[in-house]
Amino acid sequence: MPREVLSILVDNHSGVLTRVASLFGRRGFNIDSLTVSATDDPEISRITIVVHDDAKVLEQIIKQTARLEETREIFPLNAAHSLLRELLLVKVAADEANRSAIREIASIYKAKIIDLSIGSMVMELTGEPEKIDGFLDVLSPYEILEMCRTGITALERGGIQRHD
Amino acid sequence: MRLTGADIFAEVLVEQGVDTLFGYPGGAVLNLYDALYKYSGKLRHIMTAHEQGAAHAADGYARATGRTGVVLATSGPGATNLVTGIATAYMDSVPMVAITGNVGTTLIGRDSFQEVYIAGITMPITKHNFVVRHVEELADILRDAFCIAQTGRKGPVLVDIPKDVTSAKTEFIPKPLVHPVYETRLEKSQLARAAEMINTSKRPFLYIGGGVAASGAGEELRALARKAEIPIAYTMMAAGVMDYGDPLNLGLIGMHGCRTTNKAVNEADLVLAVGTRFSDRVALNGEQFAHQASILQIDIDPSEVNKNVTVDHSLVGDVRQTLQQLLPLVDEAKHPAWMEQVRAWQAQDYRPKDDADRLRPHQVIGKICELAGPEALYVTDVGQHQMWATQYIRHVKPRSFLTSGGLGTMGFGYGAALGAAVAAEGKRPVIHITGDGSFHMNLNEACTAVSYRLPVVTVIFNNQVLGMVRQWQAAFYGKRYSSTDPHRQTDYVKVAEGFGAKGYRCATLDEFSSAFAEALKAEGPVWIECLIDKDEKVLPMIPAGGSIEDMILE
Repeated sequence: MPREVLSILVDNHSGVLTRVASLFGRRGFNIDSLTVSATDDPEISRITIVVHDDAKVLEQIIKQTARLEETREIFPLNAAHSLLRELLLVKVAADEANRSAIREIASIYKAKIIDLSIGSMVMELTGEPEKIDGFLDVLSPYEILEMCRTGITALERGGIQRHD
Repeated sequence: MRLTGADIFAEVLVEQGVDTLFGYPGGAVLNLYDALYKYSGKLRHIMTAHEQGAAHAADGYARATGRTGVVLATSGPGATNLVTGIATAYMDSVPMVAITGNVGTTLIGRDSFQEVYIAGITMPITKHNFVVRHVEELADILRDAFCIAQTGRKGPVLVDIPKDVTSAKTEFIPKPLVHPVYETRLEKSQLARAAEMINTSKRPFLYIGGGVAASGAGEELRALARKAEIPIAYTMMAAGVMDYGDPLNLGLIGMHGCRTTNKAVNEADLVLAVGTRFSDRVALNGEQFAHQASILQIDIDPSEVNKNVTVDHSLVGDVRQTLQQLLPLVDEAKHPAWMEQVRAWQAQDYRPKDDADRLRPHQVIGKICELAGPEALYVTDVGQHQMWATQYIRHVKPRSFLTSGGLGTMGFGYGAALGAAVAAEGKRPVIHITGDGSFHMNLNEACTAVSYRLPVVTVIFNNQVLGMVRQWQAAFYGKRYSSTDPHRQTDYVKVAEGFGAKGYRCATLDEFSSAFAEALKAEGPVWIECLIDKDEKVLPMIPAGGSIEDMILE
């Protein structure tokens, strides 16, 4: 089933994330990733949700979320016309023997090395989720000690403004 | 003027047109109750035996009047006791505002005495809920709560007010009551397509639900049905929208609906689903439901479209406004062949047999209707008696059959009957039909009916067992009657006396007739125990997930 990225503009009230999450839990909608972020308007937050579901379930997700009093707008982001980004932090075991090889991979992917110790290296990479997947794939022969992905955050291209 | 939060609460209730509320006092709502003492000339508070009863009473009041029911409870257990009542209202889209007290804001989050996070608990069973953190927000939050409860698809809203907010003072600015307006916006092309579907149909069929009653669209619906000659089936929530005896009214649809309605929905070429949600008790098998038909759905809630059953076309809007816009586009039509087929099915519908020697449910209900008259307000609990009441009451008025449809709440009846009796103001008989199982759940509310001299006539179908569960055990579990025969020894006449009410016990229809006639004259609560055979079944029955082919007739 295709990946869908939904952008939800909600009132910036305490508990609004709980409401959305509670709705997803109650209706049995599965979430791949979820991010909440501030917008240019302090009264509005943006929740970006990634789901994998068929069209029927997706229709219900959109309609049920729209029904919440604190939802201002919900819309699917068309992959071709949207910018999807994710941030990765990954800590890899690295010593003198393999440090430069890992560094080379980082340089190809334009990942930043943000911490270095005798036995490890922490890298930071921002990009489309596929790029992050690719980077992690290439790193897989090495020992990944810890990693953390933020989940997708996204905006539509062009001059669209979704709220006043 | 500077007022305390508690006085603002009372002022806004009055401003919103509330004159009656149901509730139970406690520590966190002492200030609110103090305000109710002061405003007792404008606000009538009915104190129940238990908060659940108060929630059902507010719900019953709302169902009977169409106004928003209001319930008030204290923090902690007071608030959690409302939960079943709020969920019941939510499932049946009943407008309700539930107000709970909470511990003071400085005590919140510290597991203080009688503290619960009721906003979190009720999130999935309310349209919306609020925690009031500052007294300055209180008036507008309460106004919003009433607005949300009544706007679009109606439902319950909870407002949680910490104790210090009720004592804090702020400037209160009265505002005039604004009735929420819902404007149906439909494209001409959408309406034209809907009309086209109706005008080209050879075998049209109307399937109507609670949304028709909520929208007050009975007249428009009958006009549509007559103009295009469309036979109608109703769900439990729409009982009374169509008159009993109207030739186009085929009866109840679904699990315990009649054969004709379930047959017709299968054979129709067009199903118009109006104000209804294709629940699993009607569209028992979502894939098979109306499988020969195009489906046209009219509903105020867009999320109901394509939720349980995929439809061909939908008009999202208030049912009444939508039908008003649709009616002029619909051609006058007759469908003689289709109607002949429907009449032929009707001739074969299940009819229970009378019995002169014992009480049979349909005969008791027939007698109730005969004696209580067309003005009666009926309330039920949940179980076999509820289905018999749905099937055999001669429904003639909308908002006159109050029953827990979606949630199926046993114990709903007594509380809801209190609310109905308050709404009826003694002008209409209130008949509460229950079973011995449901009655035991919340019979505590009899004391409330006694205190307020509410003339609730309760008819208890006593078959000594949990009949509906037992019926399923008989049909699908090899008659292994696990925990459905509790061997209770309750003496209903003595219990009535103990409460200060009046009780009767009947084994024959004659005994019942005279007891019921007496009961209708009483000024306080009465109940009549009717001894029913434990093997009485609700028939016909289509098993869960089944279709008309699986219908059980004996």
